[in-house]
Amino acid sequence: MLEKRLVTERIGKIRPESITDYVDSGGYEALKKALKKTRIEVLEEIEDSRLRGRGGAGFPVAVKMMAMAKESQTPKYIVCNADEGEPGNFKDRYLMENDPHHILEGMLIAAYATMAGKGYIYIRGEYSKSLKMMRQAISEAEKKGFAGKSIFGKDFDFTFEIRSGAGSYVCGEEFSLLESIEGKPGHTRVKPPFPTEQGLFGYPTLINNIETFSTLPVIMEMSGKAYAKLGTKSSTGTKLISLSGNVKNKGVYEVPYGLPIRTVIEAFGGGVPEGRKIKMVQLGGACGPIIPEYMLDMIIDFERFEEFESKVGAGAIIVIDDRFDIFDILKHTAEFFSHESCGKCTPCREGNTHLKNIIDKFHRYEAREEDMNLLENLARVMHQTSLCGLGQTAPTAVISTLHYFRSAYLERIEKSFLEEGHDAKYQNQQSRA
Amino acid sequence: MELKTVLEKYPKKPDCLIELLLEYQNGKATRHLEEDELKMVAEYLSLPESHVFSVVSFYSLLSMVPRGRHIIQICHDVPCYVSDDFNVRHTLESMLDIGIGETTEDGLFTLEHSSCLGCCDQSPVIRIDEQIYGNLNRNKLKAIMSQYRSEDHA
Ligand SMILES: Cc1cc2nc3c(=O)[nH]c(=O)nc-3n(C[C@H](O)[C@H](O)[C@H](O)COP(=O)(O)O)c2cc1C
Ligand code: SF4
Ligand code: FES
Repeated sequence: MLEKRLVTERIGKIRPESITDYVDSGGYEALKKALKKTRIEVLEEIEDSRLRGRGGAGFPVAVKMMAMAKESQTPKYIVCNADEGEPGNFKDRYLMENDPHHILEGMLIAAYATMAGKGYIYIRGEYSKSLKMMRQAISEAEKKGFAGKSIFGKDFDFTFEIRSGAGSYVCGEEFSLLESIEGKPGHTRVKPPFPTEQGLFGYPTLINNIETFSTLPVIMEMSGKAYAKLGTKSSTGTKLISLSGNVKNKGVYEVPYGLPIRTVIEAFGGGVPEGRKIKMVQLGGACGPIIPEYMLDMIIDFERFEEFESKVGAGAIIVIDDRFDIFDILKHTAEFFSHESCGKCTPCREGNTHLKNIIDKFHRYEAREEDMNLLENLARVMHQTSLCGLGQTAPTAVISTLHYFRSAYLERIEKSFLEEGHDAKYQNQQSRA
Repeated sequence: MELKTVLEKYPKKPDCLIELLLEYQNGKATRHLEEDELKMVAEYLSLPESHVFSVVSFYSLLSMVPRGRHIIQICHDVPCYVSDDFNVRHTLESMLDIGIGETTEDGLFTLEHSSCLGCCDQSPVIRIDEQIYGNLNRNKLKAIMSQYRSEDHA
């Protein structure tokens, strides 16, 4: 069995809107187990698991939780990042729609361990069904006494509140998200201080991704040490992969770290439809690198990905077949970022517009050699000097293609401005775009 | 719902601003917020008017331009783009005879562009109001649109 269903174990077996189904299948037992331990013991269990954040950056979860646990200032907040806006990612929606109580249970475990009293779940505004499912789950949990005062008879109170996003990708970035919960435009803050020191409304805040929280009950149930045996040395446990693009079976698959990308595409995705060939794969989403087919034997692992200056990210794999040209893909990626840049800092605001214009030139067969040099410099400056992760990762697709698909750039420059080629190709693309 | 009724549902806390604006706007037939209304909201929450305006202009789900009864959001990011073999956008534009950002003359539909809707497993995808429609092909799209038309004329 290549798939390893831990976080998604119940999905498909229970009715997601039924708390009874959840409890009957062992739900809220992990919380009960945690509450029998001291807070320190719970933190140690999570430390043993070597769990890393599942929202993109892969920061060790226990480190953040311990920092939060040390803070004496109250109130303390738990924030669940359910803003999922990175193109190609849909696993957080899958969790909210199919097993909402698992998320609440994970947040409760985190709250107990760090002594937080209130949790916010920030869900992107377009996720109408998720918003509905999570609201309903909270009200059921309150009725059953899993949320509110003296949970399981312990000296532990915790309440939940849902907040809707309003259509902004950058609000998934943790500081922008906190600003948005506070009712402001989602402009990032300068760090430090980190959220665990000064987060929501200025108070200590633990912010994690949905999948990260959903993994905590699993760790409580199987023990941190047992969890750490799964996956690889640098990346323990399982990852939810959002597989999309030109594959037969798109969907969310939970796999242990260490599986080759190719296996995910072939074994779960069923390969590319109609016998076409894979031309490239974009990893992580619009912010991730585009790699050629021959690199697909790379395994899913934080350390291996970093060697390629890339991130596992939130686990998106976007398969693109041989009908597409890299500039078609880069054009869409560049449009996404120039639309979503919040405009606060120059390298990102101006940079993304520039980048889009240069990519357009390549797309239209109007590129010259100096455009390629310009692109290289621009990408580097954006990566190094942008204020937040959006601007820093916006040029990743360009940087990776300049590396792996260099010949495509050179060829495009060569074919640019050739009268026949130029017009014919451009017309052809226009009718497709 | 009247603005006053919506306001009274929320505590007078500045962090309620976005939720409140979304709820009020989405209950209106024109799905947009007017200057006077924003001033009332600012007063209710004791916020500077400029703050309320900056929030509305920051978030793409909030609008100060009147829109149609149904808002059609077309996803345009890579997973949808590579799965779209009939051109969802052009099909809708020619069916409705409007472009992105425009509203049909009868005030029924507004076409908008959206970043990834998080449903790439069903790509190509559009969202109409609160509902996602995925795995689109030309016939399915036609059927969906005629359903909306007939419901609204019934
Ligand atoms: C532009 C941008 C968008 C982001 N969007 C998300 C998101 O939608 N969901 C998420 O969990 N993390 C997102 N992140 C990462 C968060 O800033 C943060 O690292 C994460 O919520 C931490 O949780 P984790 O450690 O559990 O992964 C985003 C980061 C950036 C820079
Ligand atoms: S990098 Fe982009 S999104 Fe981030 S603060 Fe700067 S302009 Fe805003
Ligand atoms: S790209 Fe269209 S739903 Fe994700």
